[in-house]
Amino acid sequence: MLKIRIMPTLLYKEFGLVKGTSFNSWRRVGAAMQAIKVYNMREVDELVFLDITATQDCRQPDFDLVDDLADECFMPLTVGGGVRDSEDVRRLLMVGADKVAINSAAIERQNIVGECARRFGSQCIVVSIDARREPSGQFQAYTHSGTQPTGLNPVEVAKRAAADGAGEIMITSIDRDGTMEGYDLELTRQVSEAVDVPVIASGGAGSPSDMVAALEQGGASAIAAASIFHFTEQTPAMAKDVLREHGFNVRI
Amino acid sequence: MIDVGVIDYGLCNLDSIVRALECCGANAVVADSPDAVWNADRLVLPGVGAFPEAMKNLRERDLVDVIVERVDGDETPLLGVCLGMQLLATLGTEFGECSGLNLISGTVRRLESSDSADRVPHMGWNQLVRRRTSPLLDDVPEDKDFYFVHSFHFEPDDESSIVATTPHCGGFVSVIQSGNVFGTQFHPEKSQRAGFALLGSFLSY
Repeated sequence: MLKIRIMPTLLYKEFGLVKGTSFNSWRRVGAAMQAIKVYNMREVDELVFLDITATQDCRQPDFDLVDDLADECFMPLTVGGGVRDSEDVRRLLMVGADKVAINSAAIERQNIVGECARRFGSQCIVVSIDARREPSGQFQAYTHSGTQPTGLNPVEVAKRAAADGAGEIMITSIDRDGTMEGYDLELTRQVSEAVDVPVIASGGAGSPSDMVAALEQGGASAIAAASIFHFTEQTPAMAKDVLREHGFNVRI
Repeated sequence: MIDVGVIDYGLCNLDSIVRALECCGANAVVADSPDAVWNADRLVLPGVGAFPEAMKNLRERDLVDVIVERVDGDETPLLGVCLGMQLLATLGTEFGECSGLNLISGTVRRLESSDSADRVPHMGWNQLVRRRTSPLLDDVPEDKDFYFVHSFHFEPDDESSIVATTPHCGGFVSVIQSGNVFGTQFHPEKSQRAGFALLGSFLSY
């Protein structure tokens, strides 16, 4: 059986790792290389590394940094932040990313997902969507680290991305990010029902039972989480024990 | 120390597989020319990307004949990883039909999902169901999972080359061996301890 993946997310900003709440109030949580070495030792399923200010600052991805990190990473590594075109994707893959997450550009540039899927294969193209629940109750996708509304429903963004060849969708609730109050299950469910590719639930995990809910009620294929691993004593292995008790297949 | 040539055809990063082989005690050399392939004791054909582009790049670098000669003629052990395993086949069908290296006869086809729970690409950690013994898996505990990320799979003509299958989309071949030619659909270099054990077995074959 294919196992449920638990993926620690590392957010990078100005030379180190950070974690915020609702894409704001960033706290420093250590060095990237150190985190990768710890997660190597713990044999986690997969890592997500996102340079969260690259697009806002109009910066390219830091290829040298990813090169150094990937050399030490003996687990699958998804890299995102600042990806604008297929050339950025190619360079990230060449320095050692296993998959590349495209966020703002996937919405702003009509052809990027299709072009990247054709050039590099769907399996390495992750479309990452950040969404907020508006006062109307409708979900809206945001770009540029949650600062720019798009007027688009994240479900529609996900559908188009999957149709264009995205191999995976990562859906992050801006509202829940860093709150440790649980995933936005409605958002996760709407997206996972709309596409056939794997969906990664992101934003809000505070306990293993939140992860169980994202899988059972949200229909997610994989779980991303950050605060729970940065700010509590809980580890991916402990979360897996709980998932297993709930009947999910996890890798031990 | 064993010199392993990691064949470079310009489609993917080789650092992690080179580092993994070095951690297993090999001297890993990036082999991007016929001479480099000629000088290696063992060959690893890695790969991420699309089948036709990989074959085109191998041909442009004059690597196809030398690989076949080393593997068929000198019986140099070769390990194909992911797309590298698929390139061992006679025929690929990704973006139209395309000839492969034909080191193990068979065809590469897209995974067809028979169940909505079996999403494609097949992405993540999954198990091996052993179909026969192979030196490649001698040191790998039965219950260990490996990391997969692919949409296509290898259908060998001769079932005896199947070492292990993996239950997804009705089951597909995840480890293959025909004599000195080995292939894994998963990434041992991203599969932590179990992957390193497998690479160690390949080095000592």
